[in-house]
Amino acid sequence: MIVSKLIRVTLFASLCIFFLTPSASVKAAGGVAVPAQEWSFNGVFGTFDRGELQRGFHVYKEVCAGCHSLNYIAFRNLVDLGFNEEEIKVIAKEYEVEDGPNNDGEMFTRTAMPSDVWPAPFPNDNAARAGNNGALPPDLSLMVDARVGGADYLYALLSGYHDAPEGQKVGDGMYYNAFYPGNQIAMPSPLSADGVEYGDGTKATINQQARDVSAFLAWATEPNMEERKRMGVKVLIFLLVMTGLFYVSKRRIWADVH
Amino acid sequence: MSEPKFNNSLVRWIDHRLPVFTFMHHEMHEYPTPKNLNYWWNFGSLAGIVLVIMIMSGIVLAMHYTAHVDHAFQSVERIMRDVNYGWLVRYIHANGASFFFIVVYIHIFRGLYYGSYKAPRELLWMLGVVILVLMMATAFMGYVLPWGQMSFWGATVITNLFSAIPLVGESIVTLLWGGFSVDNPTLNRFYALHYLLPFVIVGVVVLHIVALHRFGSNNPLGIDVRGNQDTISFHPYYTVKDAFGLGVFLVLLSAVVFFLPNSMGHPDNYIPANPMVTPAHIVPEWYFLPFYAILRAIPDKLFGVLAMFAAIGVLFILPWLDRSPVRSATFRPIYKVMFWVFLFDCVVLTWLGAKPAEGIYVLLSRLFTAYYFFHFLILLPVLSIFETPRALPRSIGKPILEGGGGAMAAAPAAPREKL
Repeated sequence: MIVSKLIRVTLFASLCIFFLTPSASVKAAGGVAVPAQEWSFNGVFGTFDRGELQRGFHVYKEVCAGCHSLNYIAFRNLVDLGFNEEEIKVIAKEYEVEDGPNNDGEMFTRTAMPSDVWPAPFPNDNAARAGNNGALPPDLSLMVDARVGGADYLYALLSGYHDAPEGQKVGDGMYYNAFYPGNQIAMPSPLSADGVEYGDGTKATINQQARDVSAFLAWATEPNMEERKRMGVKVLIFLLVMTGLFYVSKRRIWADVH
Repeated sequence: MSEPKFNNSLVRWIDHRLPVFTFMHHEMHEYPTPKNLNYWWNFGSLAGIVLVIMIMSGIVLAMHYTAHVDHAFQSVERIMRDVNYGWLVRYIHANGASFFFIVVYIHIFRGLYYGSYKAPRELLWMLGVVILVLMMATAFMGYVLPWGQMSFWGATVITNLFSAIPLVGESIVTLLWGGFSVDNPTLNRFYALHYLLPFVIVGVVVLHIVALHRFGSNNPLGIDVRGNQDTISFHPYYTVKDAFGLGVFLVLLSAVVFFLPNSMGHPDNYIPANPMVTPAHIVPEWYFLPFYAILRAIPDKLFGVLAMFAAIGVLFILPWLDRSPVRSATFRPIYKVMFWVFLFDCVVLTWLGAKPAEGIYVLLSRLFTAYYFFHFLILLPVLSIFETPRALPRSIGKPILEGGGGAMAAAPAAPREKL
């Protein structure tokens, strides 16, 4: 009886795990296992590392933003990275955005304000394709949720450009990357050692930049992650106490049932 | 069924003219319930609560969502980023859908194990299957609304299934689409129906409960209630038990909502829908996977679609396929084994539905699909003729067997309640 109950409980638990973690069995789209990285935002109590985010933002601004838009991030969101309002205004002033129409019916350009979303590098997809050898650089706002492997995958991809192995044909204008689906990617290796200069004196190796920008994109994908996890801990503590009380009540009320 | 006494004069005044309080007292308070229900009986009321959670979170989402192909994806991201606690409401709604199916599938398998579909509860069971079908339609259309890549391509694949119907298939598909491809009219009608169907589900749930309260719950022994000594009032015994179960459920739901909110979704749905780019693998949500596996197991499109619908349709006639007069698997030694084999079959079909339709997976899908129907159409009818059930206890309250043999006395007739 106890054994069969144990078997049933085990079966039920494994069913739950099976249903709750379908993604665990999914291999990265490239077919190559993506090595898991240690991120400060992993785990129940994970938070973003502000220094890492700011360096990652620097990489995005100097390197990625040349081709990739970040449509769901506004200048005001940079508060999360540790910038204050004045600093954000200064950053926004470096950019021009189109606004209008004004009272004369004309579109005009003005300097960006904190409420503006990050200006896209191309006015439309066709222009983006024309400027990139026919390939469309995707918007980066949701990259971490939109790719199997998330930040680990982005790090692996950005730091994983190598020469194609012998016998592997790489198409014209394409580059070899072991982690990209099909192993041929239209994006040339975007990062170079010391390609950016970090304000905090961190050495800008390719791996460091790849790591920082992956963390930045994890934040851009889900700016509410810290709030979510903080609230989750409180909610779970509350629910566990509540459930415990219900259990005790249940035992008491049922004590006289035979 | 004594007339309740209400102390509050206003309550008495209202109840005399509109007996809602008497009704609630009868159906939720003194409602006699078998006293030996185990924790698998929690999932019915739990499903009802999850339905309420889904409707409430859904209405809030509807206030911020824009049903237009150019704005849907963006409006969902706006909910995630700019609406106060919008991320929380959306994660509850998205993961709540998965949990809804987990709860309902457990509820269904409980019914299968304990024979809850047998007389006099056939209509109760069939109404439950209607709820399942409505839930699937609602969940499918809800998944289309964020207008990501899986939304679009899932909608394309599933709506195209109807084109397999002879003669009228193409017309039906055009009607579903509101045009000649999945586009803005499709999104709009799916949104309207996604808002409508949950309230239809509420209606059928009411009928489900009316049918339930006609004869009361089945129980782990599967024998009829003989009198008051077999039952206890619903409140406080089952209200507190259901509350405890709800607590456990909310802990699990919260763990996923707050710490693994995207674990049951597909990354491709965070890419905006693009009719020009087909994802490498189009995979439905996990709760459709067994039926997807059955669909793909049949080489012919029309018969694949028929098999998929038959997989659910067979549940409607289940009360007439299983003719054994004994309800509970506890007293049916062979059926008990067959139940677990069938559950295993469903789990494997779920796994196969997520695999690409190639190589060994095709063969496995066919074998496990064949077994699915073999279980219902051959095994159950035959079993009810050849199986010798074990002796049933005389009543729930008095677990003494007729004849009272020594070996029989060990039958698990005592309430399984005590932990």
